[in-house]
Amino acid sequence: METFTYYPGCTLRTKAKDLDTYARISAEALGIVLAEPDDWQCCGGAYTTAKDEIATKLSAVRALNAAKELGRPLITVCSACHNVIKQTNYDISHDENMAAKVNNYLQLPEAYTGETTVYHYLEMLRDVVGFDNLKEKVTNPLTGRKIAAYYGCLLLRPAKALAMDDPENPAIMEDFIKAIGATPVIYAQRNECCGGYITLEDKAQAQKRSAAVMNSAADMGAEMIVTACPLCLYNLRKNSGSELPVYYFTELLAEALGLKEASNE
Amino acid sequence: MQRIGVFVCHCGTNIAATVDVKTVAETLGHEPGVVISQDYQYMCSESGQNLVKNAIKEHNLTGVVICSCSPRMHENTFRKAAAAAGLNPYLVEIANIREQCSWIHKDIATATEKAIILGRAAVAKVHLNAPLTAGESPVVKRALVIGGGIAGIQTALDIAEAGFDVDIVEKNPTIGGKMAQIDKTFPTLDCAACILTPKMVEASQNEHITIHSFSEVAEVKGFVGNFQVKIKKKARFVDETKCTGCGLCTEKCPMKKVPNEFNMGLDNRTAIYIPFAQAVPKVATIDPNYCMMLKNGKCGVCSKVCSVGAIDYKQQDRFIEEKYGAIVVATGFNPIKLDKYDEFAYNQCPDVVTSLELERLMNAAGPNGGTLLRPSDKTHPHTIVFVQCVGSRCDDSKGKPYCSKICCMYTAKHAMLIREKYPDTEVYVFYIDVRTPGKNFDEFYRRAVEQYNVHYIKGMVGKVTPKSDGKIDVQASDLLANEQLHINADMVVLAAAIEPDKTARPLATMLTTQMDTNDFFTEAHPKLRPVESATAGIFLSGACQGPKDIPETVAQASAAAAKAIGLLCKNSITCNPCVAHSDELMCNGCSSCEKVCPYGAITYIDKEFRMPDRTTKVRRVASVNPAVCQGCGACTVACPSGAMDLNGFSNSQIMAEVDAICK
Repeated sequence: METFTYYPGCTLRTKAKDLDTYARISAEALGIVLAEPDDWQCCGGAYTTAKDEIATKLSAVRALNAAKELGRPLITVCSACHNVIKQTNYDISHDENMAAKVNNYLQLPEAYTGETTVYHYLEMLRDVVGFDNLKEKVTNPLTGRKIAAYYGCLLLRPAKALAMDDPENPAIMEDFIKAIGATPVIYAQRNECCGGYITLEDKAQAQKRSAAVMNSAADMGAEMIVTACPLCLYNLRKNSGSELPVYYFTELLAEALGLKEASNE
Repeated sequence: MQRIGVFVCHCGTNIAATVDVKTVAETLGHEPGVVISQDYQYMCSESGQNLVKNAIKEHNLTGVVICSCSPRMHENTFRKAAAAAGLNPYLVEIANIREQCSWIHKDIATATEKAIILGRAAVAKVHLNAPLTAGESPVVKRALVIGGGIAGIQTALDIAEAGFDVDIVEKNPTIGGKMAQIDKTFPTLDCAACILTPKMVEASQNEHITIHSFSEVAEVKGFVGNFQVKIKKKARFVDETKCTGCGLCTEKCPMKKVPNEFNMGLDNRTAIYIPFAQAVPKVATIDPNYCMMLKNGKCGVCSKVCSVGAIDYKQQDRFIEEKYGAIVVATGFNPIKLDKYDEFAYNQCPDVVTSLELERLMNAAGPNGGTLLRPSDKTHPHTIVFVQCVGSRCDDSKGKPYCSKICCMYTAKHAMLIREKYPDTEVYVFYIDVRTPGKNFDEFYRRAVEQYNVHYIKGMVGKVTPKSDGKIDVQASDLLANEQLHINADMVVLAAAIEPDKTARPLATMLTTQMDTNDFFTEAHPKLRPVESATAGIFLSGACQGPKDIPETVAQASAAAAKAIGLLCKNSITCNPCVAHSDELMCNGCSSCEKVCPYGAITYIDKEFRMPDRTTKVRRVASVNPAVCQGCGACTVACPSGAMDLNGFSNSQIMAEVDAICK
């Protein structure tokens, strides 16, 4: 059993409970212990690109430091949380000035300078469990289902900091889909933006963006879309006008591991 | 007692306007050993040189200091003048009071003081100068050209024309390179094959040229005038001397599903193949990755049909060794792989192609016999979008920072050829800038716009979305109209950046030549020595030095040949005497110098020494090959025991200069 520090993030406690629940039960079945720290805070929601904007990044540092104190890598599952935490970690380890400012604010017993390794749940499946091992543990393969992976814009970018996969030609979610027995559908819009927060400001724009994604996937023959991002799921479901079902990847993982029915009982 | 002459140049007003040259001459006249100190308006002029020559004779000078411009400019001039007056040329020192003093200072007092200090340092150094004699080294009258594209072919033909033997080493089964794959050439639209293949034949028939096709350079030893090169002749499983190129084996070979690299994988070839009809040498090659006989011993069809018995399944790689006086690198370029640019959907859609793939699609000898058809469904495309600068001029880590130079012109060519042949086809070109400097180049591009109505749109393509109905949605910005565009295209053509061939870097290591961060070979001087590498005897031809079109490549190829011929003409070459030498008694055999030497000039030898107690002892000591050493001095700094020293720039001379400056 391998233990990781698990950072769910606030959306997973409210709107995106499915993403969280299925992540936890699947990890357990795969022999991974996800240990949640006691006092995590919201990640801040979106990474602030202003160099001197430190305060909004502090909660991410607190999560990273909690993982460091526990001596374990940090696992995230929400695309936005992952983006914020991983970028903050990257900047702290590459920008001395920022690291100094952050530590001046936090006054931790020991300065945090980017020691924690951050995995997205998908990276954990690929690099810790291994997609080949996952395939063997699948009891209920989703054979014949044509599934389109939707990466969105946050999960892989900026590539240098996130270092998960090639943002223009990724494979990690498709490999995951293959591992759970289904057939991945490649479509061009899989790494484009869903509209994100603009749905609050300019709904028409979000509708246009999410429709483009859904239509591109449907056009290439997808029967469903999977994502790791609560906001993407919202936009694709509510704003796209498409009937194509959208799920969190963790839900399909749980289904393939034969855990979904059990959890619903 | 030294008798030193100091000569201070005004360089018109270049020096004299900022440096008080009279004061400099007068002050330096009081330096120890200085017997004469003069100033003159132009020391490099004939009368200036005569001043120096006469002073050498009259005052019987043992050393000369010239306070003037950079030694890169006129050191040789004054060395020659000294030699003419009977003084060893290496007893002349230059104090650079122009580039390093007058040009960079404004205040006369400060500049004059600095000029005096620089002159004083040169006087201190010349006190310790020893007369040096340049050695000589013989020249092997044979050249090696690495790479058999148009650059290598042209260089080889020109060297052969001058009467010297030349070998071409080409890694592919045939010479011809990229130009053989090209359909038409800009700006004249003449057929590439029609101008290239006669040159290929000429190379193969020239008595002075030997072509080692399907071969690679495995090892390079030696130095200018005397390189020893090991060439790996890769097993082609066909006896080159017997094969007549009849092609029967390629018709009968049952393994027909091998991606054809000559057609950029757009169709298939057989496991035994001749790359194209005009290949030189026209000899079959077996691809061991696909041949069933070589893989599992079952087949042997080619051997059965070959009437001359040329097939040899047991053939092994073999190595030959040759000596060369000069080496010309002509390793060329490749388009970059587009895996990381999938916003253009190259990996998702067969109708998104690179420009080189389009060349093959439009070539009469290509997969469609010259009819432009979409790779996916073999229909005529009616809307084609060209995207320029894919991976070129990229400031991120995945692309190339440079302009690939040829893309603007070949895209204009493609656009024009398509509009000419298929007038019902709409052609769009998205560009950042259109760069067409070159003779008749801009006229060519204007013709595409004005005469052929190609839609040139300033702006980049953001996203290419292939659709299930076979159409391709191209989303782009039109920067001049400030509009977002969606073009419903049938084909998308990507002008991929070009990069040096992957073999270039290991080759540069073997040749101890320099490369830039993009793996292009570095020329000895960007303006004045563009076809020579910094390593003596290694010359550069074609796109291995930087992106180039065909006319430029051929011009550079001939220039490289001229330089190689200049070297081969000599029976022996004069070596630079300012080379490193090792004090064997101080050398402890640590290898530090060998590791830092960029030219491979240092080797270690076991040498017998007589010890004080009359015994003998064999010790491992550094030995410098003076013909290879370029006098860079890296070894003298690296040597922990102070055994390495550089003639003309010895540790004691440098220290004397430092002392003089700090006095």
